[in-house]
Amino acid sequence: MKPAAFDYVRAESLDEALGVLAAEGGDARILAGGQSLMAMLNMRLAKPEVLIDIMRLAELDRIEDESGTVTVGAGVRQATLMAWPGLGAKLPLAALALPWTGHVQTRSKGTVCGSIAHADPSAEMPLVLLALGGSVHLRSAKRRRRLAAGDFLTGMMATARADDELIEAVSFPVVAGGRCAFREVARRQGDFAIVACAAVGTRTGVRLAVGGVADVPVARDWPRLDGSALDDALNAFAYELDARDDLHATARYRRDLVRLIGRDLVREVLS
Amino acid sequence: MSRLASDRRAPVRFTLNGASAEGEAEPRLLLTDFLRHQIGATGTHVGCEHGVCGACTITIDGHLARACLTLAVQIEGCAVRTVEGLAPAPDRLGTLQSAFRRHHALQCGFCTAGILMSLDHFLREHPAPGESEIRDLLSGHLCRCTGYTPIVRAALEAAVELARNAGGEKG
Ligand code: FES
Ligand code: FES
Repeated sequence: MKPAAFDYVRAESLDEALGVLAAEGGDARILAGGQSLMAMLNMRLAKPEVLIDIMRLAELDRIEDESGTVTVGAGVRQATLMAWPGLGAKLPLAALALPWTGHVQTRSKGTVCGSIAHADPSAEMPLVLLALGGSVHLRSAKRRRRLAAGDFLTGMMATARADDELIEAVSFPVVAGGRCAFREVARRQGDFAIVACAAVGTRTGVRLAVGGVADVPVARDWPRLDGSALDDALNAFAYELDARDDLHATARYRRDLVRLIGRDLVREVLS
Repeated sequence: MSRLASDRRAPVRFTLNGASAEGEAEPRLLLTDFLRHQIGATGTHVGCEHGVCGACTITIDGHLARACLTLAVQIEGCAVRTVEGLAPAPDRLGTLQSAFRRHHALQCGFCTAGILMSLDHFLREHPAPGESEIRDLLSGHLCRCTGYTPIVRAALEAAVELARNAGGEKG
């Protein structure tokens, strides 16, 4: 369990990191907090030729709160966002989900953007980004673009990032006065989610997002539903997620969790 | 730009438990192996090598870290603390270590170095923790021997003692 050999670049500026990415393309990987990538290197699930360490770039270690959007730079660790004084008021959903994101010992290193770049289907940060309708800021040496979370996350550990791009930041819209709720079932808190659900109040009703079931987190927007209309919507959603059996849970158990947790969260947000 | 070639060893200078230290590492060398094999600091243990078991937990610049998910070259210029730094003297245990001993919070000891580092870091910031906070912290570690209960007891007792001696010996 040792990584294959690679060159290591300690980037001293963002341009430098982008230059190496432009030159090396898919042979290079960005190393941020390392809590997912390093494990993949150790298991040789990833064998890049070059690692570009961006954690010494102060310009990426920023949380900006501007005009209804909180933008979290690629160097911001999960523990840093958790300790950000504005979190509870501006991003209550992230405040609820972060304690479920890994453990104290991994949040101290792992970054918010890194978790989204890794795109594990059961991870909390991509789920929160999707539930809030957030976006991913991609940058290469040639261009910058922004993708909605749903367009960025394309499959299990697959994203729309091009080989020469890195995630510069992600932005979460502040849902003013909005209600939200989060619940997860995992073997232990901090382990991978069997099912994680996030609900957010919208102008017309509620959005429910589910992680850990399909290849990507999936969200549905509903009007104010309750009673059997809500049960029917949840049941249809649970089946549309195409749950699979695995080591941790059966597909049926996952569908049950989506229905049960989903109903509680939707009611909580709409109440 | 500093680019270290895959097949070359680069110097790594850092401080280990307050003393300056230095070694050489190829980019792919994990910090666990660097500390144990190059520096000779074998207190940091290696279990899973993918961030799950917690045996290798240390602090880097005051933040908890899995040494197995860290490259040796990344600690250039950093302050690293390992379990070797906990005892006040070679023949004396720190407060937390003594509590572990009294409560039989270790059997084989494989997990202990990492758990001590997590608790040492945590108790500095949370002088009066509750049991659930300790258990939450321990969820980042696997222990195959103790069933965790003695570890929780030792941690709670050490917290009280440390708070009482605040300003005195830490450990
Ligand atoms: S050896 Fe590092 S977490 Fe298991
Ligand atoms: S004491 Fe043996 S693994 Fe914890």
